[in-house]
Amino acid sequence: MNDLSASAITTSLQGPAPEVGVTKDMVRRGLIVAPLIIAVCGVIWGMNGAYSSAYGIVIVLVNFALAATLVAVTARISLGLMMGAVLFGYLVRLGLIFLAVLLVKDSGWISLPALGATIIVTHLGLLVWEMKYVALSLAHPGLKPSRP
Amino acid sequence: MEAFAHLVNELNAADQKAANAASSAGFAYGLAAIGPGIGIGYLVGKSVEAMARQPEAAGMVRTTMFLGIAFTEALALIGFVVFILIGL
Repeated sequence: MNDLSASAITTSLQGPAPEVGVTKDMVRRGLIVAPLIIAVCGVIWGMNGAYSSAYGIVIVLVNFALAATLVAVTARISLGLMMGAVLFGYLVRLGLIFLAVLLVKDSGWISLPALGATIIVTHLGLLVWEMKYVALSLAHPGLKPSRP
Repeated sequence: MEAFAHLVNELNAADQKAANAASSAGFAYGLAAIGPGIGIGYLVGKSVEAMARQPEAAGMVRTTMFLGIAFTEALALIGFVVFILIGL
């Protein structure tokens, strides 16, 4: 075992968890844009589309929150554990999303196209929005943009 | 194998089409999850290496790592959406 792998296993990161702050930002922004996304899906797919869209937004926000919690908790224990938790967490979260959709797929109120479109658009949209904030914060700390 | 072939022959055309769609969707989802899995493994491995080498930069590395994980996961989500649209 070389020095780097030893330190990756034994090193733990204390202090504030930046991914929790990032996720709080994304959840807050997700809640801000949720009415707009639900309205658009409602116009295109009707009431079923609106319900499905709301369900999709909840799935995306819970997915972000789970990922951040996993990283924040395991980083306090060890970096090696964090790596393992992120990789297995990826599989577990995909499984949970699959289960969440499987449970409602035959319900009368579900519209799968609306659900799928919402998951992709919300996930990518929130990430790009946060990326803009993080990139400006890291590159120009003095010009840190204000939060919404 | 013979029993499976017999079973397939007994399916009507609509059932066969649905079965083909379901198995294709399953393959598509499985293939779509492999790439992001490799990507996340590589990304987190390099991030852990960076944090172990330079713990004072850990905050910046963790922020970018988390966003990288989420962007990579979007690929798997796109595969999942294709799966639910054509096969579920």
